[in-house]
Amino acid sequence: MADGSIGWWVVPVAVIGGALRVSTPFLFVSLGECITERSGRINLGLEGNLVMGAMCAYGTSYLTGSPWLGVVAAGAAGAILGLVHASICGLPKVNDIAVGIALMLFGTGLAFYLGKPLIEPTAPILPAIDFGWWSSVPQVRAALKINVLFLIGVALAPLILWALATTRWGLILRTAGESADAARAMGYSVNAIRMRATMLGGFFAGIGGSFLSLYYPGSWNEGLSSGQGITAVALVIFARWNPMLCFWASLLFGGAAALGPALQSVGVSQGYYLFNAAPYILTLLIMIITCSPKRTLIGAPAELSITK
Amino acid sequence: MADAARVITPTPTPSPSPQGGGERTERVPSASLEVAKAETKLRSAFTERIGGAAEYVVIPALALAMALVAFGIFVALFGKNPIDLYFYMYQGAFGTGFSWRNTLSRAAPLILTALCTALPAQLGLVIIGGEGALLMGALAATSTALVLQGAPPIVVQLAMVAAGMIAGGIWIGISGGLQHYRGVNETISSLLLVYIALAILNHLVEGPMRDPSSLNKPSTREIGAENMIGTIPGLDVHWGLAFGIIAAVLSYVLIFHTTFGFASRIAGGNVRAAKVVGLGVGRLILITCFLAGAAAGLAGMVEVAAVQGRTNANLAAGYGFTGILVAFLARHNPLAVIPVAILLGGINASGGLLQRRLGLPDASVLVLQGMIFIAVLASETLYGRFRIFRQWS
Repeated sequence: MADGSIGWWVVPVAVIGGALRVSTPFLFVSLGECITERSGRINLGLEGNLVMGAMCAYGTSYLTGSPWLGVVAAGAAGAILGLVHASICGLPKVNDIAVGIALMLFGTGLAFYLGKPLIEPTAPILPAIDFGWWSSVPQVRAALKINVLFLIGVALAPLILWALATTRWGLILRTAGESADAARAMGYSVNAIRMRATMLGGFFAGIGGSFLSLYYPGSWNEGLSSGQGITAVALVIFARWNPMLCFWASLLFGGAAALGPALQSVGVSQGYYLFNAAPYILTLLIMIITCSPKRTLIGAPAELSITK
Repeated sequence: MADAARVITPTPTPSPSPQGGGERTERVPSASLEVAKAETKLRSAFTERIGGAAEYVVIPALALAMALVAFGIFVALFGKNPIDLYFYMYQGAFGTGFSWRNTLSRAAPLILTALCTALPAQLGLVIIGGEGALLMGALAATSTALVLQGAPPIVVQLAMVAAGMIAGGIWIGISGGLQHYRGVNETISSLLLVYIALAILNHLVEGPMRDPSSLNKPSTREIGAENMIGTIPGLDVHWGLAFGIIAAVLSYVLIFHTTFGFASRIAGGNVRAAKVVGLGVGRLILITCFLAGAAAGLAGMVEVAAVQGRTNANLAAGYGFTGILVAFLARHNPLAVIPVAILLGGINASGGLLQRRLGLPDASVLVLQGMIFIAVLASETLYGRFRIFRQWS
């Protein structure tokens, strides 16, 4: 074996490298969903934002030659889908969970429709920073090639935590999430607050999608995202609506998602598909362990429809 | 309601007949007022029923029309003629005998997967994992048929039905059980189970259950031509359609004409009230989710035994996801599911023609479905807004 120098250590190294790489979309989607849910609304449609973001990013990067413009386009597409979600949910008697399901189907369908001509061509992808220059082991070097978007995500998590906790905007947003009546009594429009929160959440989810098509796996096709969006929504519950916990949870999920490819790289091809299902099984197990029918979840925004 | 009643019947003004004496003028108006009140009550109850029913037909139809218009505008942006679009959609869905057969064969699994969302909806649960139950049902049915090779076809087919329904039922039953006993959100868990089911299917189809002769598209061995369920005589549509219609009618009876259904609807309206009157909500959830999953599992069995003849990745054709839309469009009424499934089956069936004649991508059907879904949900806000439905007389 060519990597005989480090033997089975390849697997943990690849899992860690994978965690750093694969976690980025989880991170962005969960941060976005965290903001939306703290305002008291759940957007289950972020899977649609993710796929639309991936398609828009790839198309823009292909047409303009600039992957960073692609990232911006992905964010914009995500924000527009968020706007659609918020506008419909703003109408009386409309169920936000159902609208999320509809937008998940609509977003993926629209992305497949518009992205048909993008399957063939190759677009310029995002650069990575080489943090593994000190190592002579190629696997370590590969694992420590870190994309700039991941670093932005790492910076965003504490920033959002701080903004939610201490800024005026964060306070208003949390008020809308904890008690719509209180927010109204203070003279704020709950709908307007939630609309902005949903758009911002959609924006981040779109950027998460741009990572998929512009870095890893780094191409556009219809099987690009298989449920990362919905896994990330579940991850927010696990992370107790705390942006920093979202970050750690994303790393964990990224590692789980990297397990299949890591084992395949050392020649374990048995059960490849089952290992690929690891993030979903992990999500389910974590939800089973952390949820409880008897009490409301700690940290859950009181206005959220799934915990009410 | 009081407002509506006032508009319908002219208020019986105390205008006594000119001949009436002083005493009678006091009593008669009050008596006629009572009669008028009773009449108004009856009539408003009646008009409310008719008007309410009309509302449930007219508003979704409006939403559907809006979505079709929006889709026409959408394809017009890509330089296609919307009139052509509507023409080919009609042709592909209901224009010829062939397209009708195609539509009805697609409607069959859609009825069953829609029940997978519509049944738990009575309890207030939003299950969107019909696709997973369909895949597990297909796998179980295929495995059963492969194990029972050589047995009389009717035995194999019945065993396939049972295996498909049990496997699907367990799959959605897991979501229901987790919701009730662990408080895990059933919408998310059922969707996660779709991906897990897909992984299991891929694993088995490419590994232990793979037919070595299936080179390009890994598949299981075939269940055998003699074990396929045939077509309904005279209709040339496979028996799956009959299964779907029977399942929908049984679901309707279960929900609206049994105490079980009544209890489910109470629990769906208010869990706390249901617990107070001593309903076993856990039992209701588990049984309903099992039945829901069994319907979707049956859809998987039908797809194997009537269409594919084996299990492979083709089965994940999205019937489970379209079924969610069917259920919402039918407002979770099992009988309404049948015509809506035929309509959506038609839209699915027309996809091929749109691809060939208009050069639209195959995902155009998904876009249209998404638009319909959004329009239908947005139209929820219109219920009770139109006076016309309350003043039908």
